[in-house]
Amino acid sequence: MERIPILKMGNYLLVSIQVDMHDQLALALQDDLTERIVQHRAHGVLIDISALEIVDSFIGRMIGNIAAMARVLDAQTVVVGMRPAVAITLVELGLSLPGVHTALTVERGMTRLQELLEAESLNGRPAS
Amino acid sequence: MAVQRAEAFPLHTSDDVVRVRQIVRGWSVELGFSLIDQTKVVTAASELARNTVTYGGGGTARLEALQDGGRRGLRVVFEDKGPGIADIERALQDGFTSGHGLGLGLGGARRLSSEFAIESRVGEGTRVTIVRWR
Amino acid sequence: MAAKTRLPEILQHHQASLVTDWLKRQREVLGHRAGNEREDRELAERLLKALGEVTRGGAVTDTDQGEWAGVRELLGDFSRERARQGYSPAETAMFVFSLKQPLFDRFRQEVGKDSDALASELWTTTLLVDRLGLYTTESYQKAREEVIARQQQELLELSTPVVQLWDGVLALPLIGTLDSDRTQVVMESLLQRIVETGAMIAIIDITGVPTVDTLVAQHLLKTVSAARLMGADCIISGIRPQIAQTIVHLGVDLGDVITKATLAGALAVALGRLGLAVCRAPGKA
Repeated sequence: MERIPILKMGNYLLVSIQVDMHDQLALALQDDLTERIVQHRAHGVLIDISALEIVDSFIGRMIGNIAAMARVLDAQTVVVGMRPAVAITLVELGLSLPGVHTALTVERGMTRLQELLEAESLNGRPAS
Repeated sequence: MAVQRAEAFPLHTSDDVVRVRQIVRGWSVELGFSLIDQTKVVTAASELARNTVTYGGGGTARLEALQDGGRRGLRVVFEDKGPGIADIERALQDGFTSGHGLGLGLGGARRLSSEFAIESRVGEGTRVTIVRWR
Repeated sequence: MAAKTRLPEILQHHQASLVTDWLKRQREVLGHRAGNEREDRELAERLLKALGEVTRGGAVTDTDQGEWAGVRELLGDFSRERARQGYSPAETAMFVFSLKQPLFDRFRQEVGKDSDALASELWTTTLLVDRLGLYTTESYQKAREEVIARQQQELLELSTPVVQLWDGVLALPLIGTLDSDRTQVVMESLLQRIVETGAMIAIIDITGVPTVDTLVAQHLLKTVSAARLMGADCIISGIRPQIAQTIVHLGVDLGDVITKATLAGALAVALGRLGLAVCRAPGKA
């Protein structure tokens, strides 16, 4: 089974989801990311979903899980590139993705991660 | 109301769930659905297809292209011969989980569809029907 | 329609004079509402030629049949064009009905002495011209419906404009009553514009909205949630006292959505968020 590639960019991990994932692939991504956060002591995870036309409750919860696990491992998560149709659908599904920060583009997402980490180091405590 | 076209697809593996998603999208594009409507019906279908595979022990998804007067629609019927749902009302509430994590699937699918119907009998199986009109 | 008619013959042999008389009659009937002379003449010539050809086949009044497709198309295009130009369906039909007089005149000349034959020819002619005239009315209806549908669409788009107030700040001034359908369209176009412009803040101004019910309030909140999921923030401005009361009364929870009384106030907040400030230009008092 192919796996979704995870790129290391300095202190962050970047994941770009390009394919329509089946459940096992999504779970594998969850596992892989968690492992890599620990492995690289990453402080930020950027998930690019600009290629996703559909995000259902399973994928939505996977994203929420990733953010929650990242938090426990002292990393922030930013999801970027959500399409309008996807956003509307997720709202109808009632998914609010707590603990997940969002941004329009990868660039903005990186900026956001920097802001979050700076705030964290200033307060001595993770930004919420 | 007339059924212009009908076809059934197996739902046994998570690959089948992905395939049914893509087929539903294909049909909705052909029926001329707007992007938002396409996304809604495909997402609802994804929720229900997954339920069929994960909790229903596998089953089928039957697509029907509908024509009612001037409007066109897509109906998808998800059927399985699984354990069935004891308390449908509760299952439709968001956040409900029977320990098997039915979670947000049913309620969400209902909100995303123009029409929604569910029949289920414990020990016999479940049938969920959704319709999305253009 | 048993008797053989001389209509095809008349149409062929007297085409030129028929055209002239037809146009003359149109101008009498329609007065200043008659169209452009040259265009009308062209159409009259083409129609009479087409009529001459199709009636030669024998089916003089069966305008529904396949062979008549050419004539129907000519009439349909003409009717749509007139509809577009704002003519009434009666005026459009009169163009066709005006053909009766010239044809009757010809028949009286050719067949005048034989009163039975004349009666039969006049009846055939009446049937044919009536059907052609009615066809223009039907086409007219269809064309008007298309125009109305298009205007409705334009109106919908016009009434939900999304404006860019500044780099990164969008404003959606809503005007009029919001219903479920319209609010959906509004949601979608706002979110689409957010992506297109890369806006970070969207101000939804409801100053021009007289009432808000639970459904509309929910739609607005959903829009805000969706925008947030995409990475943009929303500010709702222009909440009038009555609407504020309604919102509290209905128990709608605005959560942590920022609200400001005026669009100006919302813009100030937006600019502040983006780290921008408005200051006086140097040299001005």
